[in-house]
Amino acid sequence: MIKKERKLVITFHTTTEAMAMEKTCKETGAEGRLIPVPRVISAGCGLAWCAKPESRTALEELMGQHGITPQGVQECLV
Amino acid sequence: MIYLDNAATTMRKPEVVIQAVTDALCTMGNAGRGGHDAALDASRIIYDTRERLAQLFHAESPKQIVFSMNSTESLNIAIKGILQAGDHAITTALEHNSVLRPLYEMEEKGAELTILPSDLQGRIDYADFEKNIKKNTKAIICTHGSNLTGNLVDIKRIGEIAKKHGILFVVDASQTAGVFPIDVQEMHIDVLCFTGHKGLLGPQGTGGMYVREGVVVKPLLSGGSGVQTYSKTHPAQMPTALEAGTLNAHGLAGLRAAVGYLQEMGIDAIRKKEQDLMWHFYEGVKEIPGVTVYGDFSTKERCAIVTLNIRDYDSSEVSDALAMHYGISTRPGAHCAPLMHQALGTVEQGAVRFSFSHFDTMEEVDTAIAAIRELAEPEDMEE
Repeated sequence: MIKKERKLVITFHTTTEAMAMEKTCKETGAEGRLIPVPRVISAGCGLAWCAKPESRTALEELMGQHGITPQGVQECLV
Repeated sequence: MIYLDNAATTMRKPEVVIQAVTDALCTMGNAGRGGHDAALDASRIIYDTRERLAQLFHAESPKQIVFSMNSTESLNIAIKGILQAGDHAITTALEHNSVLRPLYEMEEKGAELTILPSDLQGRIDYADFEKNIKKNTKAIICTHGSNLTGNLVDIKRIGEIAKKHGILFVVDASQTAGVFPIDVQEMHIDVLCFTGHKGLLGPQGTGGMYVREGVVVKPLLSGGSGVQTYSKTHPAQMPTALEAGTLNAHGLAGLRAAVGYLQEMGIDAIRKKEQDLMWHFYEGVKEIPGVTVYGDFSTKERCAIVTLNIRDYDSSEVSDALAMHYGISTRPGAHCAPLMHQALGTVEQGAVRFSFSHFDTMEEVDTAIAAIRELAEPEDMEE
C-alpha cells in the first residue's frame, strides 16, 4: 500500500513558512504537496514540501524569488 | 473524510455553535467598551459564558473564570504568574510542551523543577508526588489526561495531596474539559486551564482558566481593560486582572453555545459515545500482527485516544497513507509530548494517534480498523 519513491523533501523552520510554500506553489503551478516530515529527516512534528527530485532547481528558484527560507532541501525515500 | 484527530481539535462543531458565531459577527460590539446595545450585548454574552463555565467546573463565582486564547496561554499565565525564583514545582512526564516549556523557562529564571517519571504504559506513581514535596514546593502542575496515550490521571487524588501540604494545584484539562466531569472544589484544583476548541466543542482561539478565589496569579499582560483608565496599573480585580485587551467575543459566543449544547446533551452521554468508539477501535486493532498500541487500557475510564505504530514504519508515512489512500485524518509525530515519547521509546518513530468524537460513527471506526489491517500486511510496505 505504501510504495516508497525517491522524492525531494523540503523542510521549514515554521508551519507558516510551509504554508507560504504551498500557496506559492499553487499560485505558480509548481508541483508537489505537503506531507508530515518523514523521520529519516527529522523526528518530531511538522510539514514538508514533497516533490519530484527533478523539480529541485525550479523550486529552489521559486523559494528565492518569494523569500521562502527552507530549513533543508534533501532527497529521500518517501 | 473520516476525521479521527479530535484530540488536536474537534473539527465538527454543533450547528448551534456555528450559528452563534455567525450571529455574533453580525451584531457584536466590544464588550466593556461602551454602553450602547452592541457593546452591552457582547458583555452579556461573555458574562453568560463565564456563568456557564463556572457551573460546568463548579467554580465559586463566574468572576473566577478568565478567558484566554487557549490552554497554552492559560498555562503560561498560571505557571509564570505563580512561580518565582527559589520556588519548587512538581510536574510529570505526561505533560505537553504547553506545560513543560513555561516550566523550563521558569527553571532558567531560578525556579526548581521535579519531573515525575512514567512507566512503559505511560502511568505515573502517585506516591512520587508526596515523596518529592520539599519546603519550597509551591505548586503541582499536572495534566488530567495524556494527549498521547489517552491515559487519565486521578486529579482528585493529587489534589488531596496538594491540599494536605498547602501546595497550589494547577491542572491542564486540555484533553478532558467538556468530556469528563471536573469539580474544582471536590478535586481541590486551584487553577484549571482549558481550551475551548477540543472537548468543549467551541471555536479555536477560545480558552480560559479557573482561578480559585484568593490565589494570587501575577498577570502576564497589562493594557486595555475598559475600566480604571486613569490608573497606571492594570486592575487587580478578577477576572479583569488576567484579561487585557479585547476578548475574542465572537469566538466566546460560540463557546457559550457549545457549553449549552454539552449541558443539553449531557457530558456523560457524549463521553460514553466517544469511549464506545475508542474501545471498538482498540479491540479491532490490538491483535493485528505488527501493531503496537501504547498506553494503559486496563481501566475503563480513559480519554478517547488510541495511539499506535505499525511495525517499524515511520508514523508520518502511515498517517500520510491513511490520509491519501483512505481519507482518514490522524496525527503522527511527537504530539508536543517529548517526555512521554521518551518514556514509550517512540522518539524516532513517532506514533499515529487516533482520537474520537461523539460525531464519529462505528462505520467510520470499522473503516479505520480495515485500513490498519491492510497497512500492516508485510507485503504492503514496498521499497
